Order: sequence, then structure tokens, then C-alpha cells
Amino acid sequence: MSIWLDEHSRVVYQGLTGRAGRFHALRNRAYGTRVVAGTNPSKAGASVEGIPVFATVGDAVEATGADVSCVFVPAPYVRSAVMEAAGGGVTLVVVITEGVPAKDEAWLCGKLRRDHPEVRVIGPNCPGLISPGRANVGITAGDIALPGGPVGLVSRSGTLTYQALYELKQAGIGVTTCVGIGGDPVPGTSFTDCLAAFEDDPDTRAVMMIGEIGGSAEEEAAAFIAEHMTKPVVAYIAGITAPPGKKMGHAGAIVSGGKGTAAAKIETLSAAGVRVGESPSEAGRLMVEVVAGL
Amino acid sequence: MDLLEHQGKQFFSRYGLPVSPGFVARGVAEAREVADRLGYPVVVKAQVHIGGRGKAGGIRLARDADEVVAAADSILGMDIGGHTVGCVLVEEAASIAAEYYASFTLDRSAGLYLGILSARGGVDIESVAESDPGSIARTWVDPVDGLTEPETRRWVRAARLDDAAADELAEVLLSLYEAFVEGDADLVEINPLILTPEGRVRVLDAKVTLDDNSLFRHPEYRAYDATQPRDEREASAHALGLQYVGLDGTVGVIANGAGLAMSTVDVVAQAGGAAANFLDIGGGADVETMAAALRVINNDPAVKAIFINIFGGIVQGEVVAQGILDALDRVELRAPIVLRLDGTNADQGRAMVAPRLSDMLIMADSMSGGAALAVAIAGSR
Repeated sequence: MSIWLDEHSRVVYQGLTGRAGRFHALRNRAYGTRVVAGTNPSKAGASVEGIPVFATVGDAVEATGADVSCVFVPAPYVRSAVMEAAGGGVTLVVVITEGVPAKDEAWLCGKLRRDHPEVRVIGPNCPGLISPGRANVGITAGDIALPGGPVGLVSRSGTLTYQALYELKQAGIGVTTCVGIGGDPVPGTSFTDCLAAFEDDPDTRAVMMIGEIGGSAEEEAAAFIAEHMTKPVVAYIAGITAPPGKKMGHAGAIVSGGKGTAAAKIETLSAAGVRVGESPSEAGRLMVEVVAGL
Repeated sequence: MDLLEHQGKQFFSRYGLPVSPGFVARGVAEAREVADRLGYPVVVKAQVHIGGRGKAGGIRLARDADEVVAAADSILGMDIGGHTVGCVLVEEAASIAAEYYASFTLDRSAGLYLGILSARGGVDIESVAESDPGSIARTWVDPVDGLTEPETRRWVRAARLDDAAADELAEVLLSLYEAFVEGDADLVEINPLILTPEGRVRVLDAKVTLDDNSLFRHPEYRAYDATQPRDEREASAHALGLQYVGLDGTVGVIANGAGLAMSTVDVVAQAGGAAANFLDIGGGADVETMAAALRVINNDPAVKAIFINIFGGIVQGEVVAQGILDALDRVELRAPIVLRLDGTNADQGRAMVAPRLSDMLIMADSMSGGAALAVAIAGSR
């Protein structure tokens, strides 16, 4: 099994007619994802390599039964695109777009909590999610992930997610679902949301978590793990040597006022029983040990 | 991006916040001229992106023209925590009856805005939070509802500020909230927010961080770009559109993606070395970006070895390889390159650079192996 995405998921791409949207939708389809529709308000009735284009997500849902949306529209339009998707009837919205203002993310978070509690947003500024062998929604290269499980993977960083999938594949370890939650200050889905879903998924028997400096999402995850997780967790935290006050590429990756350091996160996670690797490859080795002991 | 005090006050005044009249001066004569225009006494304040200006002697009261000249002369060019003072703010001096603190930031984990108000301003709020937590009143604001007037009044009462100024304080806080939201700020902080002996409220200092991602709504913020604190290396990388942070080591780092770049800097440290920089060429880097990144790293005299760590996703192996080959043709390498290349089309990329491999371009087969090799090379030169 997998979480949130499988071979039955029917995906609509908002921004299908753009360069990135088209490229990745076709790549996702080639992987085996059921890519059923795209949207563009001024190109309804057109098609992209056989994928029908609708004016709105609502129209696409009605015509194709889409239940997942993948958003590739430019940052200024993300807020309205996500609201359109939520109002249109999908239950999972994966936002790949980077550069979305924090105010838009905070507003979306509040608005969805109130008006569409059934809708889950992943991202923005994330690589998407992949349930290897079943479906891939986003920009992860599908061939670097081994299908099957027993590991669930959740990560705040794009390329580090690939590195982690690669480490696991090298070791012959399969993945149930890999979720990239993105490096922005207000992600739609948190580590804790993913950990809870992995805890409930019978096929996921261990979890790998890739965090980085900034904020307190890793500390909240540690509290959840200590209290609710029965499955072993291995973690890696990037940014041990990051200087304070400098934004390390991601909008959310900054140590400010002595808060959000990698050292503090590693300590908190270790205290919660998480095995923390010093590098991505050490985390991979730790996971090999964990899987061997399952 | 971070604003200097005078930029922050200008930003605040657009939202109707009460700031004192003042002007920026870049030279002593100019400081005297604007002080004469304002009338005495004035305060002369160093404009730098760092706290602790007062203790460093960067804020001085001047009662006449001679004192302004002396103050500006000593403050301009002063070094405060590694930042050189390039200009001063000359401002009408205010009498202070009470000093408060007010700010708004984002509470990331709650997805709400957090307002902090305290009757104990003028000092470091972090230490007040530790020594006297009861003197701090917090309020959480739902971004969808916004901050309401009754809520603001309750918040002011909870902070136990002067009752007589409650109306004006509430008004100032509502304006500050508007500046925070409409202005797309990550942080707005007034410390101190003062009460004058006449019972008026004034913004005495301004700390503002704007959201870089909001530039499409505020194209005028591009003007602040010129005053961001950057060293020479950071400035040239920034001009080329690269995500670069200067560090103190000798191994130049180029990676794709912020997480992988951060991790590469860490792995270099674990191998016993130190990175000269953090450089993320981004998820969708092209040949030009790769070549530009290599030029920036190669121009850094501290760099003794270059570690390029690429995990192809959207960025494809052959694009990375072509960027390196282009750069090799255009620039004279001052330090050897260790290249680690995996992911999408890595085989094609490796095949492309294979004929050019030498002691100046070495292929590594893993991230940690590449880091160790780069550290060893840097140590031997």
C-alpha cells in the first residue's frame, strides 16, 4: 500500500499547457500515473498529447473524475489555483511552484482549514510525491525509487529527497510512498501529517525523514514520534554548518535568533528515539540496519 | 530582504505609522545641513544591518551644529560588528516617558500571525521573554480574518501599557499589522515604541524584513536590493542570479537544490575540511548557470579545490557536463574540480567529461567520496 497516492488516483494538471507542466505531466504519465486532464481557462477543448484541457478544475473533475491536482502555475496565481482545485472537488493538491509569498501560504492554510478541511495540500515549492511502481505526481525522477516498501520517506528538500531515494535503492530497499513537503515557511502538509499517515499504513514499516535548519517542524515531528509512532524512524538533518542569519536557498531554511539549528533538531529527534545519520549516506546505512531488524 | 532603519521608517510611514521627521546623510556636511533644517536637538544614528548600535557608539544625541558634525564624523565609517557605516539617519530627538515593544511575525507551525507586545521595550526582547515572561502579551491572528479593533484593544490591555494612550496604541498596532500584511513582510518590529511626556506614541526604531517572494506584488522593493549586506563574492554571485552564501573555508561548493547544497557543505566539514561557500544552481539550471557558478567559485582566492555535487532531477547530466566543459574553455581554472554526478542522464554526462579528465578534473563516485577527495586536495595545496 501507499499513502495519499496510488494507481487509482486520477490526476489533473493546472498549468498543463505551460513548458514545465507539459514536460512533467507527460513524464508522470509515462511512469504510469493516470493523467486524466489539464486546465487552462483560455484553452478549454484543446488537448496536450491526448490529455484533454478544461477551463477549470471543476469541469475536469466532472468530466474525468479527477481526485488529485498538480499545480504548475506561476507563483502569483498559486493562491487562486489552489482555491479553484479545492472548490472543484479534488482532495489532494500538489503544488510544485516555487516563489510563493508566505502571506499567500498562510492565508491558504487558514482558508482551507475552515472551508475545505477534507483537502490536503502538499507544497508549495516541493518535488511532489511518488508511490513507486504505482504513481508519480511532480518532478521526481521515477527510476531512482525502488517500489514495494517497507520504507516511507518524507523530506523538506527536493534534491536531498532524490539522494535519499538513491541511497535506499543502492541498498535494495523499496519505498511505499515518498512525500516532498517543500522548504517553504508554511507547507500545506507537515512532517507530522506524513508520519501519522505512515504510522497508519500497514505496508510502511519504517520511516526516513529528511529535515533541514529553520522553523520547528522537526521538533514537532520528534514530539509526535515520541508519543505516537510505533515504527522506527531514521532521520537526516541538513545545515549543521550553516551560519546563523543566512537564508540557505529555501525561504524556510534560516537559523534566526539562535532558533532552528540543526544541532537542536538532531538532539530533540535523538531524544525521541530517532536514529539520526550525519550524512545522507550514513542515514541510508542506518536504514539498512533498521530494515534488517524488522 | 532586510531594511535599514531609515528604509523601515519610510516603509512604516506609508502605512500611517508615526515616525519622527528625519533625513539620511552620507557625509558630515550633509548631516549638518539636514540637522539645521530639522532644528535641534537631533539624534544621529548609524545605518547598519546589525543590532547593538547604541553600545558601539553608533547613536548620539546632538544639541547643536558642532555636536552634529562631531557625531557624524565619528559614526560615518565606523565598524559595527563587521559592518561599515555608510550613512547616518539624522532625526528630530524625542523625549521618552515610556519604552514599549511591538512586532508581528509568522508563527510557522500554527500557520497564524503572531503579534508580540511588551511594556518593557528598548532592550532585547529575547532576554525579556526569559527574565520576565509575564511582561509579554502575545496575540495570534488568523490570516483570513485579520486583526480586529476589539482584539487589538484586548491585546493592549493584556500588555498593561499606559491606559491614557490605549486609543493611540491600538491605532498604531492596527497600522503595523496592515504594514506587515499589505507590505508582505516576514517581520515588522518596533523597539522601542515610545510614549512621549505629552502622551503621544512614536516609532523610535524600525526593523523590517520583506519577503523576497513578494517582489511581483511590490516591484519597488527592488530598490532595497542595493543595500543588502553582501560581501564581494556574494554580490557578484547575486548579480548572476545564483543562490550563494559566502563561508570561510577552502573548498568551493556547487550543488543543485538548496538541501543538497547545505548537505554538501556539511559533508565537506565531516571530511575534515571547510566549505568556502554555499551555492545552489537551482532545480532547473542550464549550461549558462553552471558555467557562471564555476566562474564565481574560481574567482574566490580562498578556494583551493572545487566540489561539484549534482544529483540530476530536472537538471540533466549532460547539461551539467556541458556547463563544466564550456567553463573549462572560457576560464583558467585556479583549483581542481572534483565532480560527482548521479541521477537523470548521469551516464551521458560522465561520458562527455571523460576525455577531459585530468588532475584538474576528477570524477568521484559518491557524495562522501567526492567530499573527502576535495578536502584532501585543498589540504595539499
